[in-house]
Amino acid sequence: MQRIPRWADVVLVPIISLALAAICAAGVILAIGQDPMEALNTMVVGALGSAYGWGYTLYYATSFIFTGLAVTVAYHAGLFNIGGEGQAQIGGLGVALVLLFIPWPHWSVALLAATLGAAAFGALWAAIPGYLQAKRGSHIVITTIMFNYIAYSLIVWVLVDVLRPAGQAEPATARFPAHLGLPTLTEIPGLSAIFTDQVPANVSLFVALAACFAVWLLLFRTPLGYEIRAFGKSESAARYAGINPTKIIIVTMMISGALAGMMSINNVMGESGRLLQNASEGAGFIGIAVALMGRNHPFGVVLAALLFGFLYQGGAEIGLWTQIPIDLRVVVQGLVILFTGALDHMVRMLLGLFFRRRAA
Amino acid sequence: MTQTASPAIELRGISKAFGTVQANKDITITVPRGTIHGIIGENGAGKSTLMSILYGFYRADSGQILIGGRETAIPDSQSAIRAGIGMVFQHFKLVPNFTVLENVILGAEDGALLRPSLSKARKELARLSKEYGLDVNPDAVVEDLSVGHQQRVEILKALYRQAEILILDEPTGVLTPAEADHLFRILSGLREQGKTVILITHKLREIMAITDNVSVMRRGEIVGTVKTAETSPPALAELMVGRKVLLRVEKTPAKPGKTVLEAKGLRLMRGGVELLKGVDLTIRRGEILGLAGVAGNGQSELLEVLGGIARAEGTITMNGHSFTDPREAGIAHVPEDRQHLGVIMDFSAWENMAFGYHRHFAKGALMDNRTLRDETAEAMKRFDVRPLLPDLAIKNFSGGNQQKIVVAREIERNPDLLLIGQPTRGVDIGAIEFIHKQIVALRDQGKAILLVSVELDEIMSLSDRIAVMCGGRIVGERDPATTNEKELGLLMAGVNDEAA
Amino acid sequence: MDYATLLQLLDSTVRLATPLLLACLAGLFSERAGVFDIGLEGKMLIAAMTSGAVAAISGSVWIGLAAGIGASLVWALMHGIASITFRGNQLISGVALNFLASGITVLVAQAAFGQGGRTPPLSGNARFGAITLPFAEALRDVPILGPLYFEVISGHPLLVYVAALCVPLTWWVLFRTRFGLRLRAVGENPAAVDTAGVSVTRLRFAAVLIAGVLCGIAGAYMATALQAGFGREMTAGRGYIALAALIFAKWKPWAALYATLLFGFFQALALRPDVVTRVTTLDIPVPALEALPYVLTVLVLAGFVGKAIPPRAGGEPYVKER
Repeated sequence: MQRIPRWADVVLVPIISLALAAICAAGVILAIGQDPMEALNTMVVGALGSAYGWGYTLYYATSFIFTGLAVTVAYHAGLFNIGGEGQAQIGGLGVALVLLFIPWPHWSVALLAATLGAAAFGALWAAIPGYLQAKRGSHIVITTIMFNYIAYSLIVWVLVDVLRPAGQAEPATARFPAHLGLPTLTEIPGLSAIFTDQVPANVSLFVALAACFAVWLLLFRTPLGYEIRAFGKSESAARYAGINPTKIIIVTMMISGALAGMMSINNVMGESGRLLQNASEGAGFIGIAVALMGRNHPFGVVLAALLFGFLYQGGAEIGLWTQIPIDLRVVVQGLVILFTGALDHMVRMLLGLFFRRRAA
Repeated sequence: MTQTASPAIELRGISKAFGTVQANKDITITVPRGTIHGIIGENGAGKSTLMSILYGFYRADSGQILIGGRETAIPDSQSAIRAGIGMVFQHFKLVPNFTVLENVILGAEDGALLRPSLSKARKELARLSKEYGLDVNPDAVVEDLSVGHQQRVEILKALYRQAEILILDEPTGVLTPAEADHLFRILSGLREQGKTVILITHKLREIMAITDNVSVMRRGEIVGTVKTAETSPPALAELMVGRKVLLRVEKTPAKPGKTVLEAKGLRLMRGGVELLKGVDLTIRRGEILGLAGVAGNGQSELLEVLGGIARAEGTITMNGHSFTDPREAGIAHVPEDRQHLGVIMDFSAWENMAFGYHRHFAKGALMDNRTLRDETAEAMKRFDVRPLLPDLAIKNFSGGNQQKIVVAREIERNPDLLLIGQPTRGVDIGAIEFIHKQIVALRDQGKAILLVSVELDEIMSLSDRIAVMCGGRIVGERDPATTNEKELGLLMAGVNDEAA
Repeated sequence: MDYATLLQLLDSTVRLATPLLLACLAGLFSERAGVFDIGLEGKMLIAAMTSGAVAAISGSVWIGLAAGIGASLVWALMHGIASITFRGNQLISGVALNFLASGITVLVAQAAFGQGGRTPPLSGNARFGAITLPFAEALRDVPILGPLYFEVISGHPLLVYVAALCVPLTWWVLFRTRFGLRLRAVGENPAAVDTAGVSVTRLRFAAVLIAGVLCGIAGAYMATALQAGFGREMTAGRGYIALAALIFAKWKPWAALYATLLFGFFQALALRPDVVTRVTTLDIPVPALEALPYVLTVLVLAGFVGKAIPPRAGGEPYVKER
């Protein structure tokens, strides 16, 4: 097979995959008798055309950065963590417990504590499949899927039978104290000039960006990251180098789970102000697409998360203003995962043909 | 009929290139019916590519293949089988949880239902077993069989498909000398029945023992085809490498000092098999201890245990102390399987330079990549690694240059003991000499070296002391100055000197 | 618990186990050939929507079934192209196709019928009706066995019996035919099949397409027999439970039947929390019952309930070595 230049591999492969996904999505829209250009127009205007739209796009992107990083970290250790959804939900439980049962004086300390709580719960939830993989050889993909369902059932039970306030019909916790609400971009000095309407994007965005930098440092600048990456490339070689596979699998899964859990500060603490059923709304799964699209690099993840934030907000607008159901965004998500994660060899082959012709 | 007069197989001007690498260049060989033809060459000489072309895995860029005098196209394995070619690969192509019978009929069944195929194959197998002395229980599950028996299943597979030409790729690499002798008897039997055998190997001894004719390959070309009876090992060796081979390494007599490593009663179980059955070992300063043996007799496991990859029963001390981290204790390890253990193929040269020692390059919480890169560049210069590009991924270096990087990394740490396994596997001649010199130089600095190699020549020329392993035990120790290949071969086969 | 309630439970066990069984056997074919299939869920879902929609339009459940199988085959083909032809990651391909099915089913159903992503309710010939087995009525009064035969064994839609017949059929194909031998070999050591002159690609495609047919029947059963029409996300994770059952069954056809019956029983129990409470005298929350198959699967995976050894070459694209 023809080698393609590194820059093409990094830049062109994701762009072409995205273009292919977009073409297929347009085909689907045409097939159901709608206008793809109108859809695109609605998406761009709704998600990027106003500060208000950006406020939603950035809100979604914040969650996707966390879950995308979660998949990325696990990927570098050769682990495919499909459990981000469950880990995010359990992370939300951590946030709820921290905020409901401890009286915090100010949102800033509460944010710190909630972040830790979310991370700890997510890490714990991911540690079990990690342990089972490391010690009992249970396939991490299957166990994390199972743990998504178990998490879902667990949260339903907690919300119905345990944390639901007396007299409330809806399965949800009580509201968190009002003074612990996170400042949205509207309330942040400087940004408030741009974001004049109330938007859900909040200070969690900056936590997400910090997490992104931290993950980059971890993977590419620390001995632990070196071990994670080496283990992901070759388990036998890692063993030779004195790297403990059990430790790496469990630690990596815990870091991954912690990142997935941390998205809950954005939606549970920042947006809804209480824990609801299915709070993560599939963001854990979108993390897979984001990580693949971002080529499993923390900075790529930010760009891909923005793209998916746009897709999600735009998709919501489509659902509102056109005849196309909001579920279009799940289609695009599936297509992006398909082209970037499963058909990547095909895309490379196509590019290889192009470069060979050019070289000739 | 013309077929009886024409040779079994004839290759005319076969060429094959992978990108810019010419793997096979204008190969022309004629193999008469009912003979055993050897093809000998170093690793990477193009033997495997040639066989892959014959078995339909690759298509030659140019040239012709004639089977029984008729030009035959072999676009896939199916065609090769139809043309009467049977192949016994170095790594067996058996389904481990199938029975011998199921493995034999796989792909050669009669009809859509299994039962008739199985009963027919059972009869046929009994006949073949008797005719060629290939004794195998048809109902045994393959994964329970010994390596020698699995190889017989492969031969039976080919014979069941009525192969007239049998190609064997490095068939003795995993066999004991006794099993190898048995194999040779089988091959002689096949020859008597009029079958044609092509034996691919890099071992001169086998060529001399069994073949009628031999072709020597070097850098993708046939550099000579001769009658085995009219040649000699030195002459073949010269053809293989293109110049007189001086396998003897220049070195002064060893001056062993005090004991560095002492291991007692090492036992290792893996998957219900005892791979090390109580190994005692001492290595002293300033000596090279060579560990000889047929592959699969515990040498690899012993290296893994000493290098801390596997955990065994028993005690190991370095300079009189027990230890947990071998690297901290002063043990460096160049592993046998360089590409799967010694390096991360996707990592750059400089990242690989820290492999196993990455914690040493931590400055606070972060790694000191700048120092690491500088040190790598310097070491690469000293070890003459080409190209001199520390940022290049190690998979893009040749085998010899990869090995130099690994050796450099392990020697750089100034270890008390160097474990080195198959130091020259897949390494070109120039690098072999360089690496051998490094090993001797390290010894002369008063370091201890444990050398494991399946190449007896390498063991004989480098070692100051030779220990022989067989069946998970050290079965004897010899002085290289006074022993010979025959004596070592007997030890490797498990024939003890007292008994012999 | 009285006998009548038990029979009710067992009756719904059979109904609920059927799609699990079909999907589980689908996974069995695919994984025995060395292709992991996380996409059982998606194939069932697309088949459910297509069969529901086509049955509603045509008025014929048979045309609906055929359309459902066809749609599932398209998904199977995509999985094959991604994971066999282009040697892509089989797990990721499965995940992607599940999302694709999840979105497209709603899009198409909404565009076609405008009923919030559902297909219109089916009745008459557009739906599989219950079949009464011979002598069911006559034997009804035989104590114990009569009602068991009448309530649990008899009186199900045709596809339930089709699914049951698929079990011995699968066993026979796998262990008594040339195709089965080659299929099992390609999942254990594809190189052995390849060097024997048999195409690994063709075998794996065959296995993946068989999985497509079985998932198609499973999906059609969901929309045209178990329910009367397609509803958004109606498979509700059954593809994953089937995957769990497959592991539980250690990739064996008869064990697949027992595993899916067990998991079907759990699903039946989750529908009747009142019975559970009465029998155990404990207040077991419904979510706990719902989570039971998943917890059990984790325990199996962890080797606490017998070790599950998957086909050796599973998940690995086959690349010829020199």
